[in-house]
Amino acid sequence: MKKRITAILMAALMLTGILAGCGAPAEQGDESTPAESSSPAAKTNEITVGIANDLAESLDPHAAGSSAGTREVMFNVFEGLMKPTPEGELVPAVAESVAVSEDQLTYTFTLREGVKYHNGENVTAEDVVYSIERCSTPDEAGIIAEPALGIIEKIEALDEHSVALTLSHPDGEFLNYMTAAIVPADYTEQATAPVGTGPFRFVSRAAQDSIVLEKFDEYWGEPAYLDKVTFKIIENADSMVLSQQSGAIDFCNHLPTVQAAQLGDEFQIVEGAMALVQALYINNKVAPFDNELVRQALCYGTDRQQIIDLAFDGYGTIVGSSMYPALSRYFDETLVDIYPYDVEKAKELLAEAGYPDGFNMTITVPSNYPQHVDTAQVIANQYKEIGINVELKPVEWATWVSEVYKGRDFQATITGLDAHTMTARAMLERFQSEHGKNFVNYESKEYDRLISEAMAAADDAKRTELYNQAQRDMAENAANVYIQAPADLVAVRKGLEGVRFYPIYALDMAGLHWAE
Amino acid sequence: MKKRNGYLTAGYILTGIIAVFVIVGFFWKPYDPTAMMTGPKFDPPSLQHIMGTDNFGRDIFSRVLEGAGSTILISICTVMIGAVAGTVIGALTGYFGGIVDEVLMRLNDALTAFPSVLLALVIVGVTGGGKYNVILALGIVFIPSFARVTRTAFASIRDVNYIKSVRLMGANPLRILLVHMLPNTLSVLLPAITIGFNNAVLAEASMSYLGIGIHPPDASLGYMLSEAQGMLRLAPWYALFTGGVIVAVIFGVGLIGEGLQRRGKETL
Repeated sequence: MKKRITAILMAALMLTGILAGCGAPAEQGDESTPAESSSPAAKTNEITVGIANDLAESLDPHAAGSSAGTREVMFNVFEGLMKPTPEGELVPAVAESVAVSEDQLTYTFTLREGVKYHNGENVTAEDVVYSIERCSTPDEAGIIAEPALGIIEKIEALDEHSVALTLSHPDGEFLNYMTAAIVPADYTEQATAPVGTGPFRFVSRAAQDSIVLEKFDEYWGEPAYLDKVTFKIIENADSMVLSQQSGAIDFCNHLPTVQAAQLGDEFQIVEGAMALVQALYINNKVAPFDNELVRQALCYGTDRQQIIDLAFDGYGTIVGSSMYPALSRYFDETLVDIYPYDVEKAKELLAEAGYPDGFNMTITVPSNYPQHVDTAQVIANQYKEIGINVELKPVEWATWVSEVYKGRDFQATITGLDAHTMTARAMLERFQSEHGKNFVNYESKEYDRLISEAMAAADDAKRTELYNQAQRDMAENAANVYIQAPADLVAVRKGLEGVRFYPIYALDMAGLHWAE
Repeated sequence: MKKRNGYLTAGYILTGIIAVFVIVGFFWKPYDPTAMMTGPKFDPPSLQHIMGTDNFGRDIFSRVLEGAGSTILISICTVMIGAVAGTVIGALTGYFGGIVDEVLMRLNDALTAFPSVLLALVIVGVTGGGKYNVILALGIVFIPSFARVTRTAFASIRDVNYIKSVRLMGANPLRILLVHMLPNTLSVLLPAITIGFNNAVLAEASMSYLGIGIHPPDASLGYMLSEAQGMLRLAPWYALFTGGVIVAVIFGVGLIGEGLQRRGKETL
């Protein structure tokens, strides 16, 4: 009889053990590949980086719908005529210098000598013309025109080393858009085997598994220190921590605080600012959120400081509009507290809108981002106070992209939006009524006008002013519940140095090196 | 005299204790299970929070009560769907045999061919998650095993003399099945129900653990276990208590099942 009891107990324990074990299949699978890099004692000159989701299907830098996560990795492979620095400035990259005419209508780029593509060919003026035309007036399927480049009237190669662009009207932010990747004109495999001029070259990609980059030996600038970087896709945050502890991962950014707190002594945490705005993005077209009062009630009902305290351990900066503080020129501090946490006010607004007893709502969250799921849980809890019953719907990243971002079939979602260039335009343009990326369906004539005028403005001060007015318009209409610019916690294996943070989404590997 | 059945007694006591907690938990919990900041974050077990708190400062004891409640509720509903539908199918096929038997049992085999949790995942994938869809999915998955067990039981007593006699007396098949045969299959059915219940607890836990069952902020033991795994080093008590409750439920009901099986053997 004793034996049977032991047997039953063992069975029960084993079955629960199976549950606890099945969350971390990635860990064991990983051990075979990066075995060389796993022991810090035998440091080879390569690292494995953990990333939370797979890159976009097409790696083409000009392809439509590339995600922030894709740009972040491909930052190492592609360069434009100009490139951003961690300080937020622009420096010449493929170009050696740029001359701007007095009327700000002609930009003449002199190309750097000896810049090579990863396939060994030289960058020519024709390539530059091709690349910029490909972005401004694309004639290929899957490439969407960059609206900011629409002001280019003429682009021509003056000689082998210089290219001149003529604009229809001046744009003080134009150079920011010259960070668009320069690619070879006669190359057609960018989607699957991208070729650029960056410090790392693309080697291989296994869907849902990994992307491998290797150092590009003929890079024109300061060469990368590391010989090889493997980006390993680990969607589960717990598996990510286990992989780090087992030695399979050396570097990982955007780490949730709970995970960061559990890393052992082998890692150090470096804190930077994440170049995005985390918000409860609301579908402005579906009832009851088409009512401005309801959206304002949601804003008043959100205790942003509590979100940062609970879900982010206090790391993060509260924002009040679709702009993060790193873009300091456009960040308007007076908007931060336009909707202070006020339960009574929220209830009043709901009653005024015709929902005195609240309603049910669904927040769709990408489940591979525990930060967003945690934020959603805190918000669900807060909205109970104002009578709104929140149901969370965790979905996989791919589902989120197709359902929420592209299909716009959602009530509210939590995510972070970034700017692909260091401009206010990249952050704000997407909320114009007819814009293809306006997934929140925001509609405001005033906003459309302000943004159009800002984009056309020649004068810096005037442009900044218009963008700020546009932000205010969106904040006052409570388009979304803006929460914060999250802190970026990066876990780095001890001995690895040279982490760089950018005001845009970039995971720069070129500066990383093992300390001697 | 009848021998005392230690398994049964131990099982009843353990299950009883859990049942009392869960039932009390339906009406009263020390804290709202979704209320945040009821105490500091990651507070180890103390008098205020006897199982500590999690990353949002939620009271784990309240959450365990809530989670155990919904897990057990889901399991009971699942087993009820499985047992009722399975018994009906088993009774019909076992008693009548013939073409009905062939068709239903082959369908049954086809269902059994899928790994059960996988099949449930497919169903939930189609219908979407949430409490009721999980019950439906698991219920369907549990039908075949009950059908097979009861079919054997019914088939084995179909041709014994007392059944033949009632049949000759002109009793209708429904009466024969319900009144004369069903009670005689209980010695097989009851242990099957306890085993099914345990499987249901684990299946629900695995599904919620994989993130396809209960959605946050609802709690279930499996979902909580997956949450707890993420903070294993910061709040080990979370995983211990949650996992411990799953083990206790399964152990208790498992003992009852074992006891029932033994009693069944003794009386036969």
